[in-house]
Amino acid sequence: MHRDIFHAIADPTRRSILVLLASQAMTPNAIAEHFDTTRQAVSKHIQILAECEAINQQRNGREIYYHFNPTKMKEIDQWLELFRKQWETRLDQLDELLKDL
Amino acid sequence: MKQAVLKHEARITQDLPGKTVIVTRDFDAPLEKVWRAFSQRDILDKWWAPKPFGIETRSLDFKPGGIWHFCMLTTKGERFWWRVDYIAIDPQRSITTTSGPSDENGSLNDGIPTMQRVTEFKSTPTGTLVTITIKFEDEAHLQKMVEGGMLAGTTAVFNNLDELLGSDII
Repeated sequence: MHRDIFHAIADPTRRSILVLLASQAMTPNAIAEHFDTTRQAVSKHIQILAECEAINQQRNGREIYYHFNPTKMKEIDQWLELFRKQWETRLDQLDELLKDL
Repeated sequence: MKQAVLKHEARITQDLPGKTVIVTRDFDAPLEKVWRAFSQRDILDKWWAPKPFGIETRSLDFKPGGIWHFCMLTTKGERFWWRVDYIAIDPQRSITTTSGPSDENGSLNDGIPTMQRVTEFKSTPTGTLVTITIKFEDEAHLQKMVEGGMLAGTTAVFNNLDELLGSDII
């Protein structure tokens, strides 16, 4: 199945995990403690987030820590910015044109 | 500093989890005029391509099931073909389309459109409010929307920056 950043943020639990990790790196167990669902369910969400490159994992001794990856979100932001610019320009042109129609 | 004038601006909100961008803008012109600007080929050709890009319409059939086939022209003469399918038209109220990059014969590049767009028109005391709701499928499609609509990738932004700065749109 094709996974991308929108797949990562489509689910409310995954969005909550991203918010948690944005403030600090955490182990899967520490992440799971924040949710009422099973550890397995949380683990699945973590796996999807990693596949979408929204988070990275880093081994520290015997523990695995997950880090938020801001680069991916920035990429999306840049594309959206170009898209916004395009519409602003286009509609400004329309505004000018309507004065002469 | 320029003299202060009351100027309308596009308001853009995004709902990333919903893969949706909503653009709203007020115009001083009456609804009937704005509707013509969105539905007539000769008028669309005058504003749809964001400067300094040009546009060439090959065909436009403004009716449900009809197609608008055109290309964006870069300053270097590159052509980016694009196909818009009119799904539903409610005169003076809304236009629903799907669209995506195509080849010069009008076949969609991936066989499927990359976005859906609903454009709604409402009369206001001072003119017309246009609301454009754009929904894209995934990350790759977001990139294609930008490339096909305005830019041949981010390189083109910088290549054209000088011209943009020299023109009157910035």
